[in-house]
Amino acid sequence: MGAANPLAAGRRVLALGRELGLALKVAVLTGDDVLDRLDPKMPTIEAHGAPLGEYGELVSANAYLGAEAIVPALATGADVVITGRVADPSLFVAPLAYAFGWRLDDWERLGRATAIGHLLECAGQLTGGYFAEPGLKDVPNLAHLGFPWCDADAEGNGVLGKVPGTGGALTVRTAKEQLLYEVTDPGAYVTPDVVADFTGVTLCEVEPDRVAVAGARGRARTPTYKVSVGYRAGFVGEGEASYAGPKALERARLAGSIVRERLADELPDLRLELIGVDACHGTDFGHASPPYEVRLRVAARAASRELAERVGAEIWALATNGPAGGGGFRAETRERIGIVSTLLERSRVRPEVTVLEHDRETQAA
Amino acid sequence: MKRKLHELAHCRAGDKGDTLTLALVAYRDEDYALLAERVTAQAVKAHLAHLVRGEVRRYELPGLGALQFVCERALDTGVTTSLALDPHGKTLSYALLGMEIET
Repeated sequence: MGAANPLAAGRRVLALGRELGLALKVAVLTGDDVLDRLDPKMPTIEAHGAPLGEYGELVSANAYLGAEAIVPALATGADVVITGRVADPSLFVAPLAYAFGWRLDDWERLGRATAIGHLLECAGQLTGGYFAEPGLKDVPNLAHLGFPWCDADAEGNGVLGKVPGTGGALTVRTAKEQLLYEVTDPGAYVTPDVVADFTGVTLCEVEPDRVAVAGARGRARTPTYKVSVGYRAGFVGEGEASYAGPKALERARLAGSIVRERLADELPDLRLELIGVDACHGTDFGHASPPYEVRLRVAARAASRELAERVGAEIWALATNGPAGGGGFRAETRERIGIVSTLLERSRVRPEVTVLEHDRETQAA
Repeated sequence: MKRKLHELAHCRAGDKGDTLTLALVAYRDEDYALLAERVTAQAVKAHLAHLVRGEVRRYELPGLGALQFVCERALDTGVTTSLALDPHGKTLSYALLGMEIET
């Protein structure tokens, strides 16, 4: 929350509290913004490791802070803590470490707490959200999906739960999907707090909608923070048109080929997709019968807004100059901010906590 | 007999930059060995060859009855710059579940 402007978010929370008659104390964690410490020659951690400067003009850089930065904010006794960029599991690791007085080099406990944090960090994705498939993976009452919590002990083991009387389901299956979600190495899940190992995690349903989690491990954290860097990535032009009924697929393909030919010189890397056929998976794996309706989607990257807008112009031209029976034309042009990552020595990042109370703003020690 | 993975397992996709993760979880623990034998990294790379330009790594998690596939260079340069309708590749869990194996 508040990644773009955490101090403004903190002031807004204080004002909302006043409207509700609550005298809140709000702690705001900043220091994640490290744009002024980047050098365009720094290597990215993306596959080929190209330097930052090769991507384009850098517009933002935020280090993923962790429990070490959040614990001092909790120690102010604030009612609400607002942070800039932090690693998702750290939002749960920090309160556990603070409440139980763990040392921040207690790698095994931090590893266990990171498993709990990772399970909780996407909220409803643990409790049956993003899981349902009618008939095979039914989830009750998704319209009123309940969010999870965890009762954790001083060792970092926990029992996950879901708000009573809500929809959704918390099972070993929902927990397994979430445990592995976005994990690129289950034996080395790197956060600012620890390198966690999920390979020995056990999940056990102790009663309906209660799942015990144990068995994660941890080893020493890395000497660097991961930094998410935004750069100007040009513009994207996008447009869509629908075809339905007899020969819908053939008419949509004809429309795509017309747009491709007309833009061949200006935008040679055009992406053509047929929604209903191959847009999501890049193919229909040879299994589809002719669809009743198809939506053509065209997209291209461009260096300028004017060039990107050419895609939309060609989509609109299909309305009068393309195949028969097209409709539902839409076009959009957007500027893109790309994201790459780099690593920064911990000593070069200085987290700060500001306490907001009534009309006072003070720096915490 | 050929069977779709959809009959044996469930799957969730995730993304990190240009990297796609696919968590394949057996419905029944006793099917894990079959999945581990048939759903190799090479088989997944072949099934998704038109999408995945980089390597596919497989992590085995027998305690969870799960296989984790990590597919490099699979998201058209990454979530924020991809031209795809589904830039996160979130629908690709079901592309893997559509894969057939010999049982």
